[in-house]
Amino acid sequence: MSMAEGASTASTAANSAAARALLQVDNVGKRFGGFVALENISLSVPAGERLGLIGPNGSGKSTLVNCICGTLRNEQGTVHFAGQKLDGLQAHQRTHLGLARSFQLPRPFVSLTLADNIRIPLLYTVARRRGSHHTAHEIEERCAKLLNEVGLGEKARRLPRDLTQVEMRKLELARAMAAEPKLLIADEAMAGLTHSEIEDILSLLVRLNEQGVTIILIEHIMSAVMSFSRRLVVLVSGRKIADGRPEEVMRDPEVERAYLGQ
Amino acid sequence: MTVRTPVFLLVWLVISAAVFAGSLALGNDYIFFAGYVVLQYVVLGTAWNILGGYCGYVNFGSAAFFALGAYSSVAIYKLITENDFYRMPIPVLMLIGGLVSGVVGFGMGYLTLRLRGAFFAIATLALAVVLQTLVVNWDFVGGSRGAYIIRPEQIEPIGNYIRYLFLLMMVLAVAGITIARLIEHSRLGYGFASIRDDELAAEAAGVPTLRLKLIATTISGALMGMAGAPFPYYIGYLQPSSTFGLDYAVNSIAMPLIGGTTSWVGPLIGALLLGSLQQIATVTISSAVNLLIVGCLLVIFVIIAPNGIVGLVHTYLQRKPEDFVGRRRVEAEMPGRVP
Amino acid sequence: MGGKSAHYYPRRPAKAQSFLAKTKALLHTPGGLSGCLMIFSLDLLINAVVSGILIGGFYAAVTSGVSLSFGILDIVNIAHPAFIILGSYIAYIVNANLGIDPILTSIAVMPAFYVLGSGIYQVYYVSFEKRGQESLRGLAFFFGLLFITEVTLVLYFGVDYRYVEASYIGAAWHFAMLDIPFRILVPCLVSLLLIAALQIFLTRTFVGRAIMAVAQDQLALRLMAVDPIKIKRIAFGISIATASLAGAFLIIIQPVEPSVGREYIGRIFAICVLGGMGSLPGTVIAAMLLGIVESLTSTFYGPSWAPAVSFGFLLLTLAVRPAGLLGR
Repeated sequence: MSMAEGASTASTAANSAAARALLQVDNVGKRFGGFVALENISLSVPAGERLGLIGPNGSGKSTLVNCICGTLRNEQGTVHFAGQKLDGLQAHQRTHLGLARSFQLPRPFVSLTLADNIRIPLLYTVARRRGSHHTAHEIEERCAKLLNEVGLGEKARRLPRDLTQVEMRKLELARAMAAEPKLLIADEAMAGLTHSEIEDILSLLVRLNEQGVTIILIEHIMSAVMSFSRRLVVLVSGRKIADGRPEEVMRDPEVERAYLGQ
Repeated sequence: MTVRTPVFLLVWLVISAAVFAGSLALGNDYIFFAGYVVLQYVVLGTAWNILGGYCGYVNFGSAAFFALGAYSSVAIYKLITENDFYRMPIPVLMLIGGLVSGVVGFGMGYLTLRLRGAFFAIATLALAVVLQTLVVNWDFVGGSRGAYIIRPEQIEPIGNYIRYLFLLMMVLAVAGITIARLIEHSRLGYGFASIRDDELAAEAAGVPTLRLKLIATTISGALMGMAGAPFPYYIGYLQPSSTFGLDYAVNSIAMPLIGGTTSWVGPLIGALLLGSLQQIATVTISSAVNLLIVGCLLVIFVIIAPNGIVGLVHTYLQRKPEDFVGRRRVEAEMPGRVP
Repeated sequence: MGGKSAHYYPRRPAKAQSFLAKTKALLHTPGGLSGCLMIFSLDLLINAVVSGILIGGFYAAVTSGVSLSFGILDIVNIAHPAFIILGSYIAYIVNANLGIDPILTSIAVMPAFYVLGSGIYQVYYVSFEKRGQESLRGLAFFFGLLFITEVTLVLYFGVDYRYVEASYIGAAWHFAMLDIPFRILVPCLVSLLLIAALQIFLTRTFVGRAIMAVAQDQLALRLMAVDPIKIKRIAFGISIATASLAGAFLIIIQPVEPSVGREYIGRIFAICVLGGMGSLPGTVIAAMLLGIVESLTSTFYGPSWAPAVSFGFLLLTLAVRPAGLLGR
C-alpha cells in the first residue's frame, strides 16, 4: 500500500533465505565429555513449516531441541530465531521470544491445578510480551479455552497426579501452546498413545499450524510423522543425514541403511 | 472468599491491638518477654517459608541471618555509644539489619542458586559457621566474650521498654505474614510454585527462575535480619554461641514444616504452637529437652504429615479425597490480581 | 565458653606455638632480621604443611562417607557429622570404662553403624525418595536427625570436652625440623587404609560396581536383576559405618563435645564437592589441600580463623568450578 511498506517488502525479498527463516541453526555442535552428541548441525526452518525430526534413540534429537531452547549450551555454532541471535540467552528469554517446547517426559507443576499450570506461561510469557494488563478474568478464560482445546476442560481444577499418561501429554502441549509461540517444538508428544489419541493430537497440531504457528515434531511413530510433516530431517549419531520432502527422504538409501535398518 | 490485602492487614492490626491490650490488662510484663520470642519465631518461620515453602529451597542458616541483624545493631550501638546514646531508634536498626541480611542473602543466592538446590542448603549451613567465626574474631562487637547493650528502662507513652520491643516485633510479624500472603496470591507466588515443582519446566514456560529465586532469598534474608535487629536490646547481653545457636535454625525450619509450608497460615500456626509450647517447657522442663522435642516433632511430621497441621486439617475437613485439589483451590475460584 | 573456637588444635605441639611467638616477636623488632625470619618461617611453613597433609588424611576419612552418600547416591546427608560424633562418644565410653583402643572399638562397632545406616536409608526411601520429596522434607529429616543426636548427647554427657587415652597419644616423632605427633599420624594412616579398602571395594567387587552404577543407570541394574534400592541401602550403610571410624579418629585428634560436629559440615561438603563428588582419590587430594590451607591459616593467623577457610573453599568451588578438581 504505502511506499514504506513496499520498500520493506523489497528489502525482505533481497535478504538471503537464512534471514527469512524463522529458525536458523548454523553448525551447532555439542559434546558431553568425550561423547559427541551433535556435530555440525545446520537447519533452516521458514515460518509456517511443518517439520518432522526423526532419528534412532540417542541420535541427538532431544539434545538439539535442548540447545535450541537454551536448556543446554552448545559449544559450537549459533542459533538464530526470528532474526535474533539466541546465544547466551537463557531458556525463559527464548520462550519470551516465541519459542515453546513440550518435554519428552511430561513435566507438569505437580502442586498446581491444571488451570494454574496453564496460567504460568500466561503470566510470565504472554502478559510480558504484550506489555498489556490482562484482567484475572481474561486469564481465567484463556486457561479454560486452552484446556478445552486439548479436551481437559473438565479437569481444570484437578492436580496433575489425577491425570493419565495421555492427559499429561495433552497438558504438556497445552502449556506450550499457552505461551503463544511462533515456533512450537513437540518432543515425542505421542509416545504410548492409541491410534485415535494420536489423531487427536495431530489434528490439534495441524490446527495450530493453520493459525500460523511453525511446528517441529519429533516423533518415533512413522505414520504420524509422515502424515503431519511437509518436510523431514533425519539425525543419526549427532549428524544430519537427510533433509527434504518426506517421501524423498524415506527413499534415500542412506536413511534406509542408517535409520530403518537393512 | 479471598480477603483483599488492606482488609487482611486491618484485621491483623486489630487482632494485634487486642492482644497487646489484653497483655497489658494482665499486668505482668513476663507475658511480653515470652510473647516477644514467640513473635520473633513467627517472623523467622514466615521468612524461612518464603524461600523454603514457596520455592522449595532449604535454608539451614536462619541463625546466621538472624545474627547478622542482631550484630549490625550491636555494631551501630558501639559506634554510637562513643558519641551519643540512643539516637538510633529501633525501627531504623531493624531496617539496617534487614538491609544487611538481605544483601548477604542475595550474595549467597547468587553464588549457589545456579546450581542444584542441595548446594544452596549446604552453603547456608556453612555460612552460619563462618559468620560466627567472623564475629568471634571481631573484638569491636565483643568477640567471643559477647557484648552488653544497655537498654533504657522506660519509653515514653508505653512504659516498660519490653512492651515497646514486643509491639515492634508484633508489627513486624503482621508485616511478615502480609508480605507472605501477598506473594502467595500474586504472579510472584505462581512463579515460586513453578520453581518448587520443576525448574526446567518453569524456565520453558518463561519464568526467570534465577531472578525469582534471588528475590526470594533476599526477602527471606531481610525479614530474618529485621527479626534479629532488636534482639540485643531484648537480651541485653549478646553472645555469638547463643545468637548463632542451632535452636534458631531448627525452629525456623520446624515451625513451617510442622504448621504446613504451602501457605502463610502454616508458619504462623507452627510458630504460635511450638513457640508457646517452648516458652512453657523452658520454664517447666529444661531448654535442652524442649529442643529435643522440637527435633523429634520435626522428624515425625516430615515423615507422617508432609503437609503439616494445615494439611491434616484440610484432609480432615474434606473427607472425600476426590475433592482435594490442593493449595490453589481458593484462588482458582476467586482469581488473584494479575500485575 | 569463651574458648569455643580456641579448642581447635588444643594439643598443638608447644614447639610450633613458641615458633609462632618468636616470629611475631621478630616481626615487631626493628632492624634487619629478615634472614632469621625466613628460617623460622620456613620451619613453621614446613611444619604447617606436613600437619596439614596429616590432618587432610583424617579429613578424607571424615568425608569418605559423604562422598558415598552425597557424591554417589545423591542423598544429602547433612547428619553425617552427627554420626561421627556418635562414633567419638562410643569410642570415648569404651575407652574410659574398659581402656580399649578407640580405633579397635570403632572397627568393632562398624557393623552396628552399618545396620543403623541401612535402617535410616529405608526410612528415607519410603518416606521421601519414593514420594519425590527428598529436596525439601528429606533435607529437613536429616537436619532433624543431626539435631536430635546432638541434643541427646548434650543431655547425657553435657557440653564438657571428652577425650580418649591411648599409647600413641602424646608421643611424637621428631625428624630434622619436623615434629609429627602420633595422634595425628595414626588416624591419617588408618584413614588412608580405609579409603584404599573402599576404593578396592567400589572398583573390584560386584556390589561395589553396582554402587557406582546405581546413580547413573538404575535400569541397567534392574536388567541385571539387581535391586537398586538394595544397593543404595548397602551403600548408605557403608557410608554410616565409616562414620564410626572417623569418630574414633576425631576424638584421638581433638577433644570432642556434641556440637563439634557442626564445624565439620562445611568442611566435609567442601571437600566432597572439591574432590569431584564421589571420587575417592579426588576426596583425598581435596582433603589434603584443605588441610594444608587450614593449617597455614591457623599457624599464621590464629586457630580461631580456621573454620572460615572451609567455607571460603566451598563457595569458591561452587562459584568457579562446581564439577570439582577432578571433575569433568
